[in-house]
Amino acid sequence: MVAPSGLISLALALALAPMMPSIINRTKALFAGRHGQPWLQPYRELWKLLHKGAVYSHTTTPVFFTGPIVGCAAMLVGLLFVPLAGTHPLISFPGDFLLVAYLLGLARFFTVSAALDTGSSFEGMGASREVFFSALAEPALLLALATLAALSGQLSLADIFARIDAGVLASGAGPALLLAAAAMMVVFLAENARIPVDDPNTHLELTMIHEVMVLDHSGPDLAAIQYAACLKMWILGSLLVSVLLPVRSGWLLADLGAGILGLGLLAVATGVVESVMARLRLVRVPQFLIAASILSIVALVLVVR
Amino acid sequence: MQALSVYNGQALAASEIPVVAADQFRSELVRSVADGGRIAALFADRREGTRHRIQAVVAFDAESVLRLTAAWIDAQYPSLTPDCSQAHWFEREMWERHGIVPVGHPFLKPIRFLPHAANGKPSAPRAVCGTADFFRMEGEEIHEVAVGPVHAGIIEPGHFRFQCHGETVYHLEISLGYQHRGVQRALVGGPDRRTIHYIETLAGDTSIAHASAYCRALESLAGTRIPPRAQVIRGIAQELERVANHIGDLGALAGDVGYLPTMSYCGRIRGDVLNMTAVLCGNRFGRGLVRPGGVAFDLDQDSVDELKRRVRAAAKDAKVAVELLWDSPSVMGRFDRTGAVSRETCERIGLVGVAARACGVARDVRRDFPYGIYRFAQLPISTCDSGDVFARAMVRWLEVQRSLAFVEEQLAALPPGPVLRPIGALRPGHAVVTLAEGWRGEICHVAATDDAGRFEHYQVIDPSLHNWFGLALALRNQQISDFPLCNKSFNLSYCGHDL
Repeated sequence: MVAPSGLISLALALALAPMMPSIINRTKALFAGRHGQPWLQPYRELWKLLHKGAVYSHTTTPVFFTGPIVGCAAMLVGLLFVPLAGTHPLISFPGDFLLVAYLLGLARFFTVSAALDTGSSFEGMGASREVFFSALAEPALLLALATLAALSGQLSLADIFARIDAGVLASGAGPALLLAAAAMMVVFLAENARIPVDDPNTHLELTMIHEVMVLDHSGPDLAAIQYAACLKMWILGSLLVSVLLPVRSGWLLADLGAGILGLGLLAVATGVVESVMARLRLVRVPQFLIAASILSIVALVLVVR
Repeated sequence: MQALSVYNGQALAASEIPVVAADQFRSELVRSVADGGRIAALFADRREGTRHRIQAVVAFDAESVLRLTAAWIDAQYPSLTPDCSQAHWFEREMWERHGIVPVGHPFLKPIRFLPHAANGKPSAPRAVCGTADFFRMEGEEIHEVAVGPVHAGIIEPGHFRFQCHGETVYHLEISLGYQHRGVQRALVGGPDRRTIHYIETLAGDTSIAHASAYCRALESLAGTRIPPRAQVIRGIAQELERVANHIGDLGALAGDVGYLPTMSYCGRIRGDVLNMTAVLCGNRFGRGLVRPGGVAFDLDQDSVDELKRRVRAAAKDAKVAVELLWDSPSVMGRFDRTGAVSRETCERIGLVGVAARACGVARDVRRDFPYGIYRFAQLPISTCDSGDVFARAMVRWLEVQRSLAFVEEQLAALPPGPVLRPIGALRPGHAVVTLAEGWRGEICHVAATDDAGRFEHYQVIDPSLHNWFGLALALRNQQISDFPLCNKSFNLSYCGHDL
């Protein structure tokens, strides 16, 4: 059964995902006293990259171009399972939240392999950091999702978020929900390579985590990577917004509108975080991520006690 | 008498410089440095057959004197570096340029890539640009990271080799020389119409300080004094250059840790300060302002009032933008204890300028060897003692405030009179050492004239030559991801080093 609302929310995700980095960028520009780039700049860049040729080093193997392809494909598949603001996603089965978490892992595995395939010391360093930090971010995300599953008594993302509405947030389970949301916010920042974990704007290879792994990709490959990054932000953002802004009116337009407004606010919040704080020292990042896991654990304990 | 004491900018007959035996030269230099002297310059200036004359300028900060010694040495001599670390870079340079071999030097390799072996001597290194032997660590878990010479940002070329264990840097080797232009050789036979332009581009962001050091050398060799009004304008220009660069650096430091507000505002304020220099002479970097005999542009009353207004506005804006840094725990978490250099290391390798003052060493040419307007108007020295990125940022901020106050004070008390006085011919057979405090640190120019009053030798020591090694040491046992931050906190010149 294909729910029409699922098709609509999928189409919105595919079309609007590049707006999130755009909103972040404009927020940062506002703080810095600049005009910022045009609203549609991310689309223009994707368009530009798609029309360019790709350059491949002769030291790379086919592993190198599986990175962008698998990365983008994994995000597209993941999107099929993710409900935005209570709308029913296209596919849903009990336990699909594990699949989504590991689709992110699959994308990472291939991105990291492609980075290692270049044989560059920078990309090796970036890959090592990415794997280390995501190993710490993954438990935080899974435990937060487990909290939601335990709270709603359901095992598919669609059912979990159908049960979590404003009433739950206001009830005794509210604190647990907020703790889980806080953990998911940390994961959102870390997985999307934002400050305070990573700096998406730096040109300094030695300090990068995510960006350094994709330095050797160009043209359509880079477009796939950038688009996948937008989709990833949309997926993780949808999960977070579904918890924090649980509008479940039953009216498709109102629900989707609330969901998209929530994602916009999340992008603004990310821009504000990036504008008011510096990036963490790399050795402090694990502590930050472990703190997120601890929040998730506390949330889970509160729910199952 | 083994060494001659002179003051900053005091011309003397070249024959007065005592020439001693090679072993005396060595013991004199080692003893001077042990007594608190600092090698400001060490270079070879003459050649006779296989023998070279090498000359040392040792600066005694506390006494405000420079001690000059020279010696004739053969193609080989026992290296000074094992007994005097400050000689390290200078000996490598002499070997590279003249093929003089310091026997027993612990790490003898060229510091640049000179296309021709010096004077065709077999003992000189023959370099191919970009090819060099690098220090390597062995071990299964050790990995080597090579950065540059082509960088991601728009910066000068330089190559950095890190020997890392995981994220920790054990050793950093800095390999420069991609910017070698042969400026010092081109200056010989001058001064001519091109000389001042060479000088103003020795390090493009230090045009005013280098040009002042050069012009003072010329004026001293010609025996002329410049009008007081010109002295003051030079002082104002030098301080504006310092302020603009320091503010730019503070903004860039904020940018390197991803802290946007200070980065954005400092970028703008730096532009405001550069525009003040443009009010002085029409060029934002002060090119064309400082000329032998004074300055090429006078200030009218309208410009003075305009500058006063802008100085006050810049001081106010900078205070808001920079103090955000000290109030942000996330920024302080990155600055504190990152890239620390101990005071002992600083003294031993002879750091200068901001990097030295950040180690708690009160070393500033403007006070130690006062020249020009600084003989009459003193600036307090700004120091900080932790030696880390925070200290280098804080020293910059203190200097920004003090320099702006100085500029405002000087603008209010501009003496009347002309600003340019023609200088006569240079006295033949004379030599002079001029020191100046550029925004990075001590600039040392050594000029010597031949029998016709032309430059027989012209040596330039940019502060970067002293400080690059300090950056390499600051990185030991640091996180490799903190390198860009440490590098920016020193912000050294590549072309000033390579010359």
